[in-house]
Amino acid sequence: MPGNNPAMLQNSDVFDCDAVIYDLEDAVSVTEKDAARTLVAQFLSAMKKQPPMEIVVRINGLDTEYWEKDLEAVVSDKIDSIMLPKAQVRYLKQLDEALSEIERKKGMKKHVAVLPIIELAASVMEIDDIVKAPRVNGVLLGAEDLSSDLEVARTKKGNEILYPRMKLAYACAAYKIDSIDTPFTDTNDNEGLADDCAFAANLGFTSKAAIHPNQVPVINSVFVPTAKNIEWALRVEEATRINAEKGLGVFSLDGKMVDKPVMERARKILVKARKYNLIQEDKQ
Amino acid sequence: MKRGIAGSMESNDALITVKESDKLSVTVKSIVYDFFHEQIEKVIYDTLAERGIGNVEVICEDKGALDYTIKARLLTALDRMEG
Repeated sequence: MPGNNPAMLQNSDVFDCDAVIYDLEDAVSVTEKDAARTLVAQFLSAMKKQPPMEIVVRINGLDTEYWEKDLEAVVSDKIDSIMLPKAQVRYLKQLDEALSEIERKKGMKKHVAVLPIIELAASVMEIDDIVKAPRVNGVLLGAEDLSSDLEVARTKKGNEILYPRMKLAYACAAYKIDSIDTPFTDTNDNEGLADDCAFAANLGFTSKAAIHPNQVPVINSVFVPTAKNIEWALRVEEATRINAEKGLGVFSLDGKMVDKPVMERARKILVKARKYNLIQEDKQ
Repeated sequence: MKRGIAGSMESNDALITVKESDKLSVTVKSIVYDFFHEQIEKVIYDTLAERGIGNVEVICEDKGALDYTIKARLLTALDRMEG
């Protein structure tokens, strides 16, 4: 959501998404940075109840003159995460220190998380350390700036970003944090978006960023577990419980072996399904 | 004379102009004036009081902005006036 657009801000809690990103960076012109910062701060301050989705604010990069003022204005118990553009390990360390100081000064109860954006070749080379940095609970791939840094054309097929996609998905999976795929920029091509989501999901991404509200249902349809998967996972869960009582760690279900990795896959499906209340809906 | 402007004439926004003055004056023009001008004026007076500003000329051209938007635009206009 562009941070300087009151009409968009006031309707931002109606979408069926996991998080809303209020943007102070690229969606705000240089001459309006102060106005956007103050508007987002006042909007958050006026928020009476916590919306169902996570609240994220994308600040300006740590190589700009704006980021400290951004943090001072928006960091409060109302937000969940700060999104850091052009993330690098040295900036994440600096951001952690600044956030700690603000949290202490404001007497905050919450420990604000950080979502770094991988949008520089240098960031791609540091992913292994970025995922381990303090406060990081997810990473977003920013393919537009990354392609620009590489001086390559951005394509719908996305061959030019295959390496960072795979590297990011693996690093996030290793540290059990969210991997958020780059937005699909053609807002009129939902078929292309669905294909792009499926490709990212198959690489191991846990979610995808949207740049238009119309994209949210398409993204959700790919990244939430299907009814068939949920049914299978519930059966694995039940069979695991019954077989554990018999002392069996490995067993057969529908003629297929169920061992620890299969149980873990089923568990992850059910965690996601329960997060979105999909199991309760199925039972009704 | 120092002055600051913030906001826009877009729907749900407000364009607020503040000017240095030796007295306090607030002018509100709004598409919902009949229903909300008292509320808008209250936001403006409260915000000026929070900032400890007594003498300033405020012109608010409102396009249906919510209270927090009016407050934000006024704060930005004041910051811009003060440089």
